[in-house]
Amino acid sequence: MTGHEGWWLRLSVLAAVTLGFVAPILAGLAQTARVAFGLDAGLSSDVAPLAALAALPGVGTSIALTLWTGLASTVLSFFLAFELVMWTGGARRATSWLAPLLAAPHAALAIGFAFLIAPSGWIARALSPWATGWSLPPDIATVHDAWGIALILGLTVKELPFLALVMLASLGQLPVARLVATGRALGHGRRASWYWLVLPALYPALRLPLYAVLSFSLSVVDMAIILGPSNPPTLAVAMTRWFQSADLGLFAPAAFAALLLGLLVALTIFGWHLGERLVAAHARRRLARGWRALRAPRLGAAMPGVAGGLVAAGLLALLSLIVWSLAWRWSFPHAVPERWSLALWRDTGSGWVHVLAETAQIGAGATLLSLVLAALWLEGETRGRFRRARWATALIYLPLLMPQLAFLFGLNVVFLKAGLGVDWTAVLWAHAIFVFPYVMLTLTEAWHALDPRLFQTAASLGAGPWRRLLTIRLPCLLGPILTAAAIGFAVSVAQYLPTLFIGGGRVTTLTTEAVTLSSGGDRRVAGMYASLQALMPLAAYGLALALPVLLWKNRKGLLGQG
Amino acid sequence: MRLTLTATLLALIGAPLWADSWDETLAAAKGQTVYWNAWGGDSRTNDFIAWVDGQVSAKYGVHVEQVKLSDTAEAVTRVLAEKSAGQTEGGSVDLIWINGANFLSMKEQGLLHGPFLENLPNAAFLDLTPGSAAVTDFTIPTEGYESPWRLAKFVYTYDSARVAEPPRSAAALLDWASANPGRFTHPAVQNFMGATFLKQALIELAPDASVLQAEATEDSFAAATAPLWAWYDALRPNLWRAGETFPENESVLNQMLNDGEVDFTMAFDPAAAAAAVEKGLLPDTVRTYGPEAGSIGNISFVAIPFNAAHREGAEVVANFLLDPATQARAQDIGILGSYTVLDMTKLDETQRAAFADLPASAALPTEADLGPTLVEPHPSWMVRIAEEWAKRYTK
Amino acid sequence: MLSVKQVCICPAGRTEPLFAPLSCDVAAGEVVTIMGPSGIGKSTLLDFIGGHLGRDFVGLGTVSLDGCDVTHRPAEARGIGVLFQDALLFPHLSVGQNLAFGLGPAPRDRAARRQAIEEALETAGLSGFADRDPATLSGGQRARVALMRALLARPKALLLDEPFSRLDEALRGDIRDFVFDHIRRQGVPTLLATHDAADAEAAGGPVLRLAPEAP
Repeated sequence: MTGHEGWWLRLSVLAAVTLGFVAPILAGLAQTARVAFGLDAGLSSDVAPLAALAALPGVGTSIALTLWTGLASTVLSFFLAFELVMWTGGARRATSWLAPLLAAPHAALAIGFAFLIAPSGWIARALSPWATGWSLPPDIATVHDAWGIALILGLTVKELPFLALVMLASLGQLPVARLVATGRALGHGRRASWYWLVLPALYPALRLPLYAVLSFSLSVVDMAIILGPSNPPTLAVAMTRWFQSADLGLFAPAAFAALLLGLLVALTIFGWHLGERLVAAHARRRLARGWRALRAPRLGAAMPGVAGGLVAAGLLALLSLIVWSLAWRWSFPHAVPERWSLALWRDTGSGWVHVLAETAQIGAGATLLSLVLAALWLEGETRGRFRRARWATALIYLPLLMPQLAFLFGLNVVFLKAGLGVDWTAVLWAHAIFVFPYVMLTLTEAWHALDPRLFQTAASLGAGPWRRLLTIRLPCLLGPILTAAAIGFAVSVAQYLPTLFIGGGRVTTLTTEAVTLSSGGDRRVAGMYASLQALMPLAAYGLALALPVLLWKNRKGLLGQG
Repeated sequence: MRLTLTATLLALIGAPLWADSWDETLAAAKGQTVYWNAWGGDSRTNDFIAWVDGQVSAKYGVHVEQVKLSDTAEAVTRVLAEKSAGQTEGGSVDLIWINGANFLSMKEQGLLHGPFLENLPNAAFLDLTPGSAAVTDFTIPTEGYESPWRLAKFVYTYDSARVAEPPRSAAALLDWASANPGRFTHPAVQNFMGATFLKQALIELAPDASVLQAEATEDSFAAATAPLWAWYDALRPNLWRAGETFPENESVLNQMLNDGEVDFTMAFDPAAAAAAVEKGLLPDTVRTYGPEAGSIGNISFVAIPFNAAHREGAEVVANFLLDPATQARAQDIGILGSYTVLDMTKLDETQRAAFADLPASAALPTEADLGPTLVEPHPSWMVRIAEEWAKRYTK
Repeated sequence: MLSVKQVCICPAGRTEPLFAPLSCDVAAGEVVTIMGPSGIGKSTLLDFIGGHLGRDFVGLGTVSLDGCDVTHRPAEARGIGVLFQDALLFPHLSVGQNLAFGLGPAPRDRAARRQAIEEALETAGLSGFADRDPATLSGGQRARVALMRALLARPKALLLDEPFSRLDEALRGDIRDFVFDHIRRQGVPTLLATHDAADAEAAGGPVLRLAPEAP
């Protein structure tokens, strides 16, 4: 009744999120800036950081590559995802094909994709020599190419399913069939109706996910190491290397580059936003001029095929990881391994079981922490009976929009200065910074979608707020909570930079191992770690789907919303 | 004369003390976990380190945990960061697999614990005379700040099913690459192996190779490397991907040889190819050889940072690595295939026998295939070559 | 007895109330019907009385039960039961567990609890339904379980928000009789919000009409 209901709860959760997640980001950022501007005597060099950065070979190319790969992959993922969703007519069935790609961490997908498209890769092997005439792989740059095409495609394979899923979820709230029928009744094609009527209605829900994809693509490190150009690499990879080099003089320019990357991301998002408005204004003029001017983008007919092809490539890439982990010898141009072996999987002493356990432990811990915080945050909103303010939304999603490199280096220094030991709990916490926004993103809608009268009924039966939360809301939300947990777990398993920087190399997860091994000489071991990395989140998703069905098998009213 | 006398006296007095202090080290080490920072790109080495863990755990109660690096510089950075943050004890790095420029950089910045080599009982099996390979790292005297553990020598490996007669000099390599464009490359020069490839060529091509033993200056560098860059300019267009991009390290190059993308790989380990065949990572038609005029050889070391949290445990591990039985196991191509760093004349019959019984392989080079061993240039050369290469060939 | 005095409700940020101030007393076992065009704020009025008013409305006036002012108490401390047009049985609980939720923690003795639930089921003509999934019940069965659950909580007053509007024409009469019958038998003062004149007629009590406040 009173506005103070849940006031203390909201304050404590806000304090926990601000002090636990946001403050470290700002502290890390500040420390990075201190180093970048030569204010940290211990870690700065005499040369002006900007001059030092400009003097490093290939910096200009690195920046250009960063912008090109980030923008190209985001635009491509966006259009292909839309085409794919249009092609399926918005059917949610399509999600089952996207789930493995969604669950698979970036590094695993990149390792598989690199093998798939390499000159000596799976595609070439399957077609050689009978179709191509190659007895030896051709000398073509299909991976690590100077233009970053492989990186763009790899990023697209990973982001396309994410955007497609966001679109499918938002389409559920739009009268798509009616919109398209209206367009067609007026004599326009199905594609034109989707582009001119459905897309504008859909776009607001896509904005934040698109910005997150854009920020991620501009600052990605693990995928860019595995697929991207190497001489010079993208800015994010280059600065990761400088941060890790033995040369103290590279710290300041690297920190400066980290800030520069943050600026690039901010400017690109701003530019994208301007682009949105221009396109919207243009579209309104066209619409105002009458229907006849409306056409879907040309080249369009082939796009669902391209999108489908990329999804298939992603699935094949994941399959290739498992095949490699079971191979003993597999040389060009054999389409399947010449000799198979279970030796790697049997060799439990080689450490994979330990790494698996550590990854699971960190993932489960970060997910649980995020879930508890998210539930308390949302419960605070429920008790206060108000919608989330924009600043609160910004606070929650800050970690998704801020490039990780810009603050992780500084945060690591802050950690060292504070004399805090690095161990798996620190890594768990660093993961939670990135898991929490995703858990919130997934859980918010389902949380508020529950019929409020259910809780009014419970209250009228004498149940207080905590009893309503524990005995009604949480059990009713079991499905969405488990889904959020699976997504959170997948996010944690996929984290590369936080593990690398905060773990200080002492904490290894499947992802850091897979990325390290991807630059080793044994595809079989890399394949095993990457398959484990991909299978773990998939198992979590499976569990999230299966558990409610098992637990609520006699509760039909709950299974509809799973 | 006085020096010898002092040494003898010290030895006489020191011997019982030494025994005591080693016992103290063993006692202090018991129960410690040693974080051994070692390049993790080679699974044989990783397996070997895991085996070391099992052995020293059982024998001395010291647990070894490998921190797998993709570049040794990462560990140096970490210690450096800890030092600048004022963390002078309880550091996160206990033992580093190190040599060359990284060692020099750590030693110069006072980041190393030591001297400790003389404390190790098994150091008795080493040739400790000044200037000997076991106490010299890239021309720098180690002064007891690092302890050797494996011998490395630069070699090429090729697939005899595709290449009949491999080129055995830098000039011949240029001819071969011109005749077979796109079939040869080297690891990126930021990588140790890539830089070594250029150093090897530098020794072969430099007008006067003796200047390489001193620190490089502007003048000596320009004069000595001019023929190298001329040679490389001619070679580069015929490299794989026209020399626009390079594999990250030699493991990737190995994989490319296995995939048939190139016909050569290189290693700092004469037994690497044989071991890779054994593991199914290379076809059994690969053969290994060294350049006719000889190839660069050096020894890999382990060092202990000044702020290591588990210094005693790290010393126990360093000592265990020098044990003749450990060294014989490391030389087994089925295990690691690293040649021993010990002075065989200091070993007794049974200790020597362990080395004689090791298995052989067709991919293992003979002494004639290998050629003589050349000493490493001063580390400054490698740093400068890498910088100069990046300036010339990075757009 | 439920007393409502000078109650009026404004949308947040505005000064003109939804309807003219309302006052009424509901005696034990009596059903007072509130009628009015849709959108006038019948449900909002019940929300205010029950303690469920959202932030987008501001309510004025007092609500008291047996002379005790409950206007500023949270919903769970008022003892005012609610029935909506949907039965709103908790989907994750069995029929029996739903009833047990209404029972609250009061009788700790398991046997006594079971007996109370069995009796309620029998009253509703649903003996043996304790372990059923609520989703498998018919609309009429659900409505009866919802009423039983509300009554098991021994409410001091009951609010009915269009409780019969979702039911089949054929069923509606039966359920209506069942509900009013039990309300009278337990002597609970009840407010019924409806736009169906037949409901008001069956309720048999006074009828109040909500109208916009005269300008």
